[in-house]
Amino acid sequence: MQEAAHGRAPAVATGIKRAIPESIVFTYQGDGDLASIGTAEIIHAAARNENMTVIFVNNAIYGMTGGQMAPTTLPNQRTTTSPRGRDVSSAGNPLKMAEMLATIDGPAYIERTTVHNIKGISRTKKAIQKAFQNQVDKKGFSLVEILSTCPTNWGMTPVESLSWLEDNMMEYFPLGVYKDIEEEK
Amino acid sequence: MARKLMKGNEAIGEAAIKAGCHLFFGYPITPQNELPEYMSKRLPEIGGTFVQAESEVAAINMVYGAAGTGSRVMTSSSSPGISLKQEGISYIAGSELPCVIVNIVRGGPGLGGIQPAQSDYFQSTKGGGHGDYKLIVLAPSTVQEMVDLVQEAFDLADKYRNPVMILGDGMLGQMMEPVEFKEREIKKVDHSSWATVGMGDREKPNIVNSLYLDPQELEDHNHKLQRKYDEITANEIRYETYNCENAEIILIAYGTTARIVQDVIPMAKEKGIKLGLIKPITLWPFPYDVFNDYVDSTKAFLSVEMSMGQMVEDVKLAVNGKKPVHFYGRSGGMIPTPEGILENVIEVLGGLE
Ligand SMILES: Cc1ncc(C[n+]2csc(CCOP(=O)(O)OP(=O)(O)O)c2C)c(N)n1
Repeated sequence: MQEAAHGRAPAVATGIKRAIPESIVFTYQGDGDLASIGTAEIIHAAARNENMTVIFVNNAIYGMTGGQMAPTTLPNQRTTTSPRGRDVSSAGNPLKMAEMLATIDGPAYIERTTVHNIKGISRTKKAIQKAFQNQVDKKGFSLVEILSTCPTNWGMTPVESLSWLEDNMMEYFPLGVYKDIEEEK
Repeated sequence: MARKLMKGNEAIGEAAIKAGCHLFFGYPITPQNELPEYMSKRLPEIGGTFVQAESEVAAINMVYGAAGTGSRVMTSSSSPGISLKQEGISYIAGSELPCVIVNIVRGGPGLGGIQPAQSDYFQSTKGGGHGDYKLIVLAPSTVQEMVDLVQEAFDLADKYRNPVMILGDGMLGQMMEPVEFKEREIKKVDHSSWATVGMGDREKPNIVNSLYLDPQELEDHNHKLQRKYDEITANEIRYETYNCENAEIILIAYGTTARIVQDVIPMAKEKGIKLGLIKPITLWPFPYDVFNDYVDSTKAFLSVEMSMGQMVEDVKLAVNGKKPVHFYGRSGGMIPTPEGILENVIEVLGGLE
């Protein structure tokens, strides 16, 4: 395991993979990490079609630092730095990373899943498996964006947060396969 | 005005607003989150602007842009984020723009920890980015002092067209103390000769830049900056001394550590040891000259820091070999205890006899 600076994991992973191409390399990144400070690194790793796997956990908030607005925070969602709710006219609009990255020619596979229910968890398992199998098969850059809850920083019980995810996040961040080179053939 | 109980980080925000700063660009990082959070709530109430940038790199460049218009602007972060800001800070210093940068220091290197430290002394005082430049670095040791210095920082930044850094630490940022916001007039400075506020009646546009391809021009620019730094050094050094007359040992400490050392002075007195304290408030410019007042009467100097030994190098420059200079430090978020400091003093004294 190598620890990367906030947002830089795709660059660190590139270094590892280029040094030892046979090793299986994956990054594990939050939405603040991948979609804010590390946007350049993820876009360029995808564009280079680095043969790596990215597990991207989207919980619509900065969890580690205590609940600040994330690039994926929904319009009008309250956080500690959007205390009146995210006002898109000054704080910008949420980024849809799976959709954005799928517009790049490089990547092999991009899917968005959820882990708020049993069906979502089993779909997520399959997606992660595929994202790693792609790497073994040298198919290239594979990313799974996983919608996930953060009860603590959303200020909800775990059960409430499951339905909040379903009612709010899934509409803005639709599940599905956004890119799969196998299907394109 | 009545005193109000406030957390250090929030007090910085209110002090900045009272100093006329209505623009804040930040990015979350512990242990300074309460400051951007406070600004995200307060600034819209007064018609100001808070932007959470996508990174510290973006935040400092937003500051560069806003400062280039002559507006009062602030950003804050903690050590790893301040490292990312160094490129922008070098451009701001090179372009001679006024702004205030707050560093609520945590332990390093790398990701380090989230507990208080003073290990960014070198980075702050010696020019953390590339090129020959200096920040004015102010080191408060109480929440009240933090408030007063933040307000002063904006005036200093405007007066010298230079970035000013407030160097706190996780302890000062997180602690709650009663503070008073003194009524002070906001000094209006005319920036019209250089700020990018539109052509107006100007014949030539104002240009904010730090690029000088002609080596002679760049050297001239560096000389101009140096003259400014000399002027700041002549006018703006701030420090406090306690008990230094005839002290056997003089301790040097700033910020949180200076407060701890103040507790050690009476403890040492009980043991019959006379200790003094020099507390630098401007870390740059460093108060080298005050050491001359005591170097003959004291036996030795002891720099106490939450680092592996950084300010001690400036103490050595100040003492210039005339008396022994010792160091005692804790790091990584470990805080020196009064007992630990006293033990060290006794060791130093023993070694002297
Ligand atoms: C350069 C830098 N800036 C800021 C931080 C503070 N920080 C740590 S984790 C984090 C982001 C947390 O949010 P996210 O990536 O969405 O992950 P989550 O905690 O929600 O899983 C931030 C801003 C840092 N470590 N380094």
